[in-house]
Amino acid sequence: MIHLEKRPQPSQFWAGFTPILAVIATMIAGGIMFWMLGKPPLEAIRTIFWDPLFHETFGPYSRPQLLVKAGPLILIAIGLSLGFRAGIWNIGAEGQYIMGAICGAGVGLAFYPSESVLIFPAMVLAGALGGWAWAMIPGLLKVKFGTNEILVSLMLVYVAENLLASVSQGLLKNPEGMGFPGSRNFRDFPAAYNTEIISGTGMHWGVAAAFVAVIFAYVLLTRHMLGFQVRLTGEAPRAARFAGVNPTRLILFCLGTSGALAGLAGLFEVSGPSGQVTIDFNSGYGFTAIIVAFLGRLHPIGILLAGLLMALTYIGGELAQLMLGLPAAAIQMFQGMLMFFLLAMDVLSHYRIRFNKTVPV
Amino acid sequence: MDLGQINPLLLLASLMVAATPILLAAIGEAVVEKSGVLNLGVEGMMITGAVVGFAIGVNTGSPAVGFVAAAAAGAALSMLFGVLVLYLMSNQVATGLGLTLFGLGLSSLIGKPYEGMKAPSMAKWDIPVLGDIPVLGPILFRHDPMVYVSLIIVAVTWYVLTRTRAGLILRGVGENHDAAHALGYKVVRVRLLAIAFGGACAGLGGAYVSLVRVPQWVEGMTAGAGWIALAIVVFASWRPWRVLLGAYLFGGITVLQLNLQAAGAAIPVEILAMSPYVVTILVLVVISLRGNHGAPGSLGRIFHATH
Amino acid sequence: MTGDTRHQNALLTLEGMTKAYPGVVANDQVSFSILPGEVHALLGENGAGKSTLVKMIYGLVKPDAGHMTLRGENFAPVNPAAARASGVTMVFQHFSLFDALSVAENISLGMDNPPERRALSARIREVSQAYGLPLDPGRTVGDLSAGERQRVEIIRCLLQDPKLLIMDEPTSVLTPQEVDILFETLRKLTAEGTAILYISHKLEEIRSLCEHATVLRLGKVVDTCDPREKSARQLAEMMVGDTLHVPFREAAEPGPVALSMSGVSMKSPTEFGTDLRNISLEVRKGEVLGVGGVAGNGQDELLAVLSGESRAQNGTITLAGTDIGAMPPNARRARGLLTAPEERLGHSAAPDMSLTENALLTGAVREKLVNRGFLRWHRTKDFARKIITEFDVRTPGPDNAAGSLSGGNLQKFVIGREVLQRPDVLVVNQPTWGVDASAAAAIRQSLLDLAQNGAAVVVISQDLDELMEISDRFTALNEGRLADPVPTQGLDVETIGLMMGGGETESAA
Repeated sequence: MIHLEKRPQPSQFWAGFTPILAVIATMIAGGIMFWMLGKPPLEAIRTIFWDPLFHETFGPYSRPQLLVKAGPLILIAIGLSLGFRAGIWNIGAEGQYIMGAICGAGVGLAFYPSESVLIFPAMVLAGALGGWAWAMIPGLLKVKFGTNEILVSLMLVYVAENLLASVSQGLLKNPEGMGFPGSRNFRDFPAAYNTEIISGTGMHWGVAAAFVAVIFAYVLLTRHMLGFQVRLTGEAPRAARFAGVNPTRLILFCLGTSGALAGLAGLFEVSGPSGQVTIDFNSGYGFTAIIVAFLGRLHPIGILLAGLLMALTYIGGELAQLMLGLPAAAIQMFQGMLMFFLLAMDVLSHYRIRFNKTVPV
Repeated sequence: MDLGQINPLLLLASLMVAATPILLAAIGEAVVEKSGVLNLGVEGMMITGAVVGFAIGVNTGSPAVGFVAAAAAGAALSMLFGVLVLYLMSNQVATGLGLTLFGLGLSSLIGKPYEGMKAPSMAKWDIPVLGDIPVLGPILFRHDPMVYVSLIIVAVTWYVLTRTRAGLILRGVGENHDAAHALGYKVVRVRLLAIAFGGACAGLGGAYVSLVRVPQWVEGMTAGAGWIALAIVVFASWRPWRVLLGAYLFGGITVLQLNLQAAGAAIPVEILAMSPYVVTILVLVVISLRGNHGAPGSLGRIFHATH
Repeated sequence: MTGDTRHQNALLTLEGMTKAYPGVVANDQVSFSILPGEVHALLGENGAGKSTLVKMIYGLVKPDAGHMTLRGENFAPVNPAAARASGVTMVFQHFSLFDALSVAENISLGMDNPPERRALSARIREVSQAYGLPLDPGRTVGDLSAGERQRVEIIRCLLQDPKLLIMDEPTSVLTPQEVDILFETLRKLTAEGTAILYISHKLEEIRSLCEHATVLRLGKVVDTCDPREKSARQLAEMMVGDTLHVPFREAAEPGPVALSMSGVSMKSPTEFGTDLRNISLEVRKGEVLGVGGVAGNGQDELLAVLSGESRAQNGTITLAGTDIGAMPPNARRARGLLTAPEERLGHSAAPDMSLTENALLTGAVREKLVNRGFLRWHRTKDFARKIITEFDVRTPGPDNAAGSLSGGNLQKFVIGREVLQRPDVLVVNQPTWGVDASAAAAIRQSLLDLAQNGAAVVVISQDLDELMEISDRFTALNEGRLADPVPTQGLDVETIGLMMGGGETESAA
């Protein structure tokens, strides 16, 4: 008979090893899924994980895409991970991402066609504020009334999506767009365009911001009292109050930070890779970032790696769609599977598996 | 705008139809939470139920078979959650989220070939005599069978939870799993059954959207109904009849805003479309003002039998 | 009665019961018999293996070896239901009631074939009257007092006509008067032929109630005796295995008032908690004030309002003349008021975090472990090491998780962490609960030393012997009210009982 025995303390080894194991398990299960869909499993796996980086023809095009896709995922996931560590569940990053994009783009478009160098920084600030404010709604409701932040932040995603639909057909619509929905394209507005810092690498300002966020979060969690308080609150909320952590301030900090980072991600996306505010410019990064945060074990370095891996599955998925006709949804499922395997294997870091013979009583 | 276009009778009648998916999902989740487990995967199970119900319904030509299949699919998916949470002791919030993301992917994968098809129609029950009662008849007694099935599920759930031993054991497990274990009750088994029931109900609710309410398959068509169901469970303080009340109130708001849209109200469409979500937030705030009374004692906590 | 005749007439016989957990043998070849109608004491320190043994009898734990005989037949319950079917029931110390459910529902859950609701309620009233334990079947259990909650458990057992009733530390939650009522009930039961297996480490109780005692130490039976013929000290020495260490101190002249509370009232932050009502109190430098009382009468709330987790109104709590009523925890720590709550895992310590991190938990301010928000890990680790060395915490090192320590060692760490910060006032709740005797003695000594060096110490505890031993003055919490403190010397049980809430039991009896 198999049974689980709680480890006196979580295993360091397994904590680091389970994500790798989960990725392998997902590849196997994913291969089976692709096979069931009538696609060659090994080729599909290779197309997703290998070709985007090393294929002769596609590599040069898709390599920069890796950073373009990983940037927002990492930026959002870093913010989410702070809250998740403290047991504060902001799952509405998608909404904050949209609101950041709307606010940031709005500020930029308001000054069209100015060439001032201050426009882009102002947009960045507005984007962060937009996401922050949207996350403050569940935050304030939670600290004032104890309202469940999971449900409120999620409901606000739908509200944000409707706002997005509204502004892209109204307020922010391109007056020269011949009636088509969607804002002006930022590619035609150099002062407000989120350009590549080093051309040909995909490294735009949002990617740089993501790397800064990783470092910032790492220092916060390992060296700073606030980071200790975040971790303590998640591990033992009562002990945290006893240690003098102010729960109100912590909730607002975690939600605000994650909202601001998601808002930044939205602004960088809309003013760069996406280029314009359209009804469907958001591509679910806010939700995928949840998987990234967990896959990275809520650790900044882990999130950096997980973000890159998840970006790879996006690009590889598109490639597999093109080459093998693999449905886009298969990739979404693939990502979901990854999350499940990860959660399932988490048990290994907290428990020991014991095989014991049943004793005759 | 012409408010005269809105027929209050039809409004009330369609309220029950609009509320049924959420009612089904919420009553299932109420049972799950009563057993002490928080399953945030309702949305994922609903959308899976929607696509499976639709696919099977189209292929067999029978909505009834579709509903059964949807319940089975919802329950099967919920078992994935159950095993992770109960046997591998994973975090319930994260696992539920994962279930939703997984379900959304799975459903769009299954649903691709069915896009644009029409669901087999479901006969309405024109209950004789009762259906002919003026005013009340069309509101209450001229619906498809699933509306009544959902009401029966609520009634049975209420009866089982409050009047039977099985219900008492379920509540005991949810209130204090250590005590229930010490008394020799199978905490994991009880919870697994509750989770399966919740999954089946969510599946039914999803299938109601794709087979009756819309009725066709559109990707992501449950549009947050699963999350609203979760909110309604909180609103209802985990009580079956209040779940019914909450779902019908919510159904009313949905129907009203749709009617206002159709009537060409001066309010922008987007504002109307977001109103159900805004109202849900407001309701959650009002509920939390009252405090968290009635939440099962062990809700969301991991159970690990040491001996 | 000789061993052989005990064996022949036995209701339950245990032979060679053995159970090992990783790293510890909880029970090693335990054998003894229980006679019908006997109150049999199972005596031993925390960790001696009493709980594991009774869990095996009750079908909650499967033994690795050994076998049991009940009324001459092989007895191997696979689960508690099987044990109950054979007439063995158990009253737990913890964890077995459902707060949000009614008394009748709770009792119904503990029975295998409960009668229908109305009949059950009638039976509950009937049995509770017959045994002098009044109880309303319709009330919500979360609203009951600790004593009433225990009645629920006892009646749950009695409704099933048990042959053997196992009681695990039943009096730890009772006032002396309530203990008397309980003993009356138990005597009625034994007169009807029911055997009782009585687990306790309270020696006086065992001497007055039990006819036979089996003493466990480190999982083995080390002795059996008739406790009525032994002195408490003899029993204690059987239990501990060597002579007891009694804390020593010189009575000091109490100094000026260090901490005072006046008219503190506070609503409990938890749903089934106890509100504090108009609490006034003064503690002087150099004295130990003992706060007794039955569990659940406001102990947690009193500690919270002193630690700063709950805030009081302005001007109601003063520390050395400063109003601290509205101050948060760390501001109070900075001014010299330190606390240690009852629950070690998750309240006074974070189980999955290292001892170093746990040292930081309360030590940040006074030990200067933070510099402009940044953590000084080296300094923190040194502080953790200092606690480990000076308080003899058995652990491989400060990097180990708090949860990996035994209860006694973790408690030594928690108390050490506060004591080493040189508090002016230290408030502790249940400092030795679930801690083995030697660690308990060390903890008590450290509290006494602290008072000796001029600090004011408030000890909240449910262990009256402990309070009598170390406190200069005594008071008690009863339904959130605090009695006027009286000198400990010359205090009698009657007065203590009244302070702890004797009034209530009189009306109930």
